[in-house]
Amino acid sequence: MDWVNAVVQGVLLGGLYALFAAGLSLIFGVMRLVNIAHGDLIVLSAYLALTVTTALGLSPLMALMIVVPGMGLIGYLLQRAILNRTMGEDLLPPLLVTFGLSVIIQNALLMGYTADPQNLQAGDIEIASVEVGSIALGVMPLIVFATAVVVIAALQWMFYHTALGRAFRATSDNQDIAQLMGLNRAHVFGLAMGLSLAVTALAGVFLGIRTSFDPAAGSARLIFGFEAVIIGGLGNLWGTLAGGVILGVAQTLGAKINPGYQILAGHIVFLVILAIRPRGLFPRIDG
Amino acid sequence: MSQMHVTRRTRLSTAVLILLVPILILLIAAPWWAGRADLRLMGEIALYMSLATLWNLLAGYAGLVSVGQQAYVGLGGYLFFALTMLAGIDPYVALPLAALAGAVIAAPVAVLIFRLRGAYFAIGTWVMAEVFRLTFAQVSSLGGGSGTSLSASIVRGMADGRSAREAMAWWLALGVAVLVIGSVVLFLRSRQGVALTAIRDNEVAARSLGIDIWRTKFIVYVVTGGLTTLVGCLIFLQKLRISPDAAFSVNDWTAFVIFIVVIGGIGTIEGPIIGTLVFFALRETMADLGTLYLIALGLVAIVIMLKAPRGLWGFFRDRYNIEIFPLSRRVTGLNKGA
Repeated sequence: MDWVNAVVQGVLLGGLYALFAAGLSLIFGVMRLVNIAHGDLIVLSAYLALTVTTALGLSPLMALMIVVPGMGLIGYLLQRAILNRTMGEDLLPPLLVTFGLSVIIQNALLMGYTADPQNLQAGDIEIASVEVGSIALGVMPLIVFATAVVVIAALQWMFYHTALGRAFRATSDNQDIAQLMGLNRAHVFGLAMGLSLAVTALAGVFLGIRTSFDPAAGSARLIFGFEAVIIGGLGNLWGTLAGGVILGVAQTLGAKINPGYQILAGHIVFLVILAIRPRGLFPRIDG
Repeated sequence: MSQMHVTRRTRLSTAVLILLVPILILLIAAPWWAGRADLRLMGEIALYMSLATLWNLLAGYAGLVSVGQQAYVGLGGYLFFALTMLAGIDPYVALPLAALAGAVIAAPVAVLIFRLRGAYFAIGTWVMAEVFRLTFAQVSSLGGGSGTSLSASIVRGMADGRSAREAMAWWLALGVAVLVIGSVVLFLRSRQGVALTAIRDNEVAARSLGIDIWRTKFIVYVVTGGLTTLVGCLIFLQKLRISPDAAFSVNDWTAFVIFIVVIGGIGTIEGPIIGTLVFFALRETMADLGTLYLIALGLVAIVIMLKAPRGLWGFFRDRYNIEIFPLSRRVTGLNKGA
């Protein structure tokens, strides 16, 4: 029963990882951008939520109403002001600029909030659970997993049934022709990054409720999100959810064997999948 | 027309290469004229210069943008500690042995992560470094997660007395810097190096000329892995203490190195050398600012990437058409011929 429990908890943890990954998957799908600062932006969202909760006395879940649009705006401005200048054939500029951004965010958070670990207090909901058979399911992990499913379904729907989604797909297929057809590429990219960071804000707040975080916590989150994207297959949002779940289960099973193996087990499953299915389990587009 | 020929040498490059001899002699003699703290700082500069040159070979020439070179720095440190303390091997034998082991380990790593492209390759290298870190944190004979110190008997065995040891650490660091920069220059002048430069300039065109791109990049990755491992040995020989977090630090061994190369000028031999000197000049004057200094460094790197993507040296080279290391070919005698 312990093992079943570990698998179930891993699946729920996978929901959080899918939220880490969804933003990465989105911007890669639309503009082939890999944002090295993604993990630090997740942590930045958690700190913003911390400030909102302490300043306004809101619960972290209510703080989402401010942090999600706030991060969306930051994403749009970041893309228009800086990242759009790096877009092109050469891979190096976006990579190095987002790497510089990552160092800046980490150290700015260090200055603003010190290195002390923080966490978001969500109250009784944090420890509430429901019994299913002999397994106790936390209410918070269930909410996170359900949110991940809803977010991915919404993104999927947006991509295939809205004008914005059509603009994203058109720009993804051929930037120049999309521009000729009257789409403003710079604006479309801005919207994609805005949407990516709005999802990131959700991930950041859920991360902050689940565990403590500090300014250096971002890189591990970037890596988990990245692993979920690659395991699931590039450009496939449902694949990203599956990737997150596989990673989550690998980690909880690893931790079950030996607490020191938790993260390592996730990495090893990632490398094994890379070795046998280099394009991920459900690939849609080429890297 | 007969006077027209293609050469790599310029008057400047020849002058600098001749100047290099007295400079090297002066540097070798450093233990007799430099203070203890200066010697240590110079050793650190030499090791960072080596790391920057190696990263530049990967990212600037082979297009392999790695953010996981800390994997090999840490591996070097741990291999050196393990070979000397656990296996009882002489430190001077352990150094080349560790470099060889680093290259041998880099080969299967390359096979695996070469499946990822571009930016995903970058993060893949980072995952590899994390795997190394978490693995060494499990090795209890090397102190597990909290790390271990190099035992005093090994340090004493390397040279007699403190000043002799410090001189030896400097000579090793200088030797590695000369070895790394020298072999990168020679490599780039070789047949493989020309292939690599062709890949850098245009991968499709290079492939159509019959260059085996995978193999060329593989060789670069493995050689870089081995040499980075060697640099890692010396870094932790200087520090005398190792822990997983320090050994596999992405900030210390990759972020700083990337900033050095970007500021100095990526894709040139001179860039990392100049970048290292600028980096240490900034660090020595601004390190008191702590985190503000790191924020400034990140900002400078972003601005350079956006405004002058070829860095300081790229700027000077374009403006004055100069090159210190004789790498690119030029036609001379054109005026006489015409």
